[in-house]
Amino acid sequence: MDADRRTFLRVLTGAGIAAALGAPDPASADVASLPGYPNQFGVLVDTTVCIGCRRCEWACKEWNKLPNQRPLKEYEKDQNVFLQRRRTHADTFTVVNRFENPLDRSKPIYVKKQCMHCYEPGCASSCFVKAFTKQPVGAVTYDASLCVGCRYCMAACPFDIPAYEYDNAFTPQVTKCTFCFDRIAKEGGVPACVGICPVETMTFGRRTDLIDLAHKKIRDNPGRYVNHVYGEREVGGTSWMYLSAVPFNMIGFRTDLGSVPIPTMSKPFLSLVSPVFIVIPALCMGLYSFKKRRDRLAEEDVKKALERKEGK
Amino acid sequence: MMDATVSTTASGPTWIQDKLFLGMTFKDYRRSNYTIFNAVVVLILAVGIPVIIYRLAYGLGPSTNLSDNNPWGIWIGFDMLCGVALAAGGFVIGTAVHLMGMKEYGFLFRPAVLTGFLGYLFAIIALTFDLGRYYRLPYPMVVSWGVSSVLFLVAWHVALYLTCQFVEWCPAIWEWLNLTRLRRIFIKATLGATIFGVCLSMLHQSALGSIFLLMPEKLHPLWYSEYIPLWFFMSAVIGGLAMTIIESMASHRIFSHQVKNHDPDHLDRVTLGLGKATSVALFAYFFMKVIGLAHGNNWHYLDTGYGYWYLVEVIGFVFIPAMALMYAIQNNRVRMVRGWAIVAALGIVLNRLNHSIIAFNWHLSWQDRYVPHWMEVVLTITVVTIGVLTFRWIMNRMPILYDHPDFEPEKH
Repeated sequence: MDADRRTFLRVLTGAGIAAALGAPDPASADVASLPGYPNQFGVLVDTTVCIGCRRCEWACKEWNKLPNQRPLKEYEKDQNVFLQRRRTHADTFTVVNRFENPLDRSKPIYVKKQCMHCYEPGCASSCFVKAFTKQPVGAVTYDASLCVGCRYCMAACPFDIPAYEYDNAFTPQVTKCTFCFDRIAKEGGVPACVGICPVETMTFGRRTDLIDLAHKKIRDNPGRYVNHVYGEREVGGTSWMYLSAVPFNMIGFRTDLGSVPIPTMSKPFLSLVSPVFIVIPALCMGLYSFKKRRDRLAEEDVKKALERKEGK
Repeated sequence: MMDATVSTTASGPTWIQDKLFLGMTFKDYRRSNYTIFNAVVVLILAVGIPVIIYRLAYGLGPSTNLSDNNPWGIWIGFDMLCGVALAAGGFVIGTAVHLMGMKEYGFLFRPAVLTGFLGYLFAIIALTFDLGRYYRLPYPMVVSWGVSSVLFLVAWHVALYLTCQFVEWCPAIWEWLNLTRLRRIFIKATLGATIFGVCLSMLHQSALGSIFLLMPEKLHPLWYSEYIPLWFFMSAVIGGLAMTIIESMASHRIFSHQVKNHDPDHLDRVTLGLGKATSVALFAYFFMKVIGLAHGNNWHYLDTGYGYWYLVEVIGFVFIPAMALMYAIQNNRVRMVRGWAIVAALGIVLNRLNHSIIAFNWHLSWQDRYVPHWMEVVLTITVVTIGVLTFRWIMNRMPILYDHPDFEPEKH
């Protein structure tokens, strides 16, 4: 089984890399015309499994060399962090939050939060220097060498994920989960958080397969899950998806996001640009020529009147 | 400084005295600057300039209340959004004068363009303090094009429009410097710049609102709508008209000595005309807001806290000013027009703050919401003060309110 999975993953990754090399240069692919990457990877998070050990937080900081790292043991011990609902931060790409379980109070629900890696990311369509790229393997990556620091991406993210290095005076960056792009782009690589999870809360694989897996889990375990795969359709679909035993709004997810991708919201407006530049100058010139004609007629009238006066 | 007249004395002051010190010797000029107004300015700058340096040296963290949840504060919501909306006078008056041939309003063109130009310039200056890496400001132009972003459109259009307004303002500079040939070239360019400016203004004024189109889940439904572009454009027209009324009132009072044949009746007549246009624009805007409300079927939100606040904005600062202005025009009450123009302009400020701060992130709990840091407020006041200083400096030197005696007046 395990060997099977590994070859399966290898084939998948191979396909991903082939897509990366063979497909049109991803850097030049416009967000507005994303072809969609059928072989992109995803992660399915089963919140009914998570035990809240926060090893994923540790592994994330470790791999991404983030500041304020602490020993792994402290992560497992420290229960106080759960007293507050936390979000991603400049030094933290992922956080685990605890929610009360209405079905069984003795078993709280732990939910890992990180970038959802949208199919059509709002951050990418908001960025005026194209610092964000939806990679063919599924990761939404950020290029700090282009970033001007306008922070529109933070405002445009429906999941409130990107954070900012506000305390860096000269070279602040937007920070967010990279989907361990450097790992998953390599054959057989999985994200650091997925790799360390002791209870297999997260499953890494091809997104299409994960959707099948998610629905199979729901079907095969009646009563265990609500019939909703969060991220399958939200804002057009995300690479990271979640299963839950309770409605998603009870464990910190927004269920009012709809299924329309965020970039679609501004497309009708952007398509107005060329019509305005065609129609308005024409209208203006029309107005101007009317004005000219009016001025000329008025001048002629004055001239005629003067001539008549002199003629008398 | 205010009392000084622009005149060249027979004894022949040097070029510097003539152009920079208003024809006075440096000593006299310095003495003429000891005024109460300038004392206040010095006080503001004495606090404000260290704040600016602090922001640049220590970053956004210590100098602002911005956070991961609230990436934008008053530097965007007030300085940028209000600054640009209230600087729309340049394009509104340009359209009326140069394209529609409303000659009566011709004398408003230069002050309106100057106000517009400075409004945009200082909005951009304030924006640079907000940008994390302000030294990369030209990146969207020269390094990487994010064409799918509304902000990309805003960046380009604001930059191009700033150029347009500069071209429109240039004849005044060349007259000041006695450069006849340059002036002739630039006067010819005015029409082109005006038409280009109309296109650019229509798009970037509405684009500033369209920025929020990407945030349906963060902006309160009473303010979020697919009509945002239309609302922002229409309200910018209102802002431009109202500011022209306010600015012409203020400058004809403060700089009245510059206008030789000042005809208060003419200014009153024009103010009534502008008031009428403002009233019409306010009514149009009010109906657009109602249509947006009906289209989104958001009536049920009206009976909530945000709903009452929305009604304060839409009834108190749009509908009532529209009615009041109409009444004032029909009864020839110029002072009333001026007063309600101020209310209308405040309404635009309120609207922009609602979109960017007050109704933004409404789903968050109160402790996660944004309240500006005192340094953000001080920096904003400082930038506005420097803007006013620049405006005064130019008004005292260049032929903005009057026709330069050595040049044939511009044909409108």
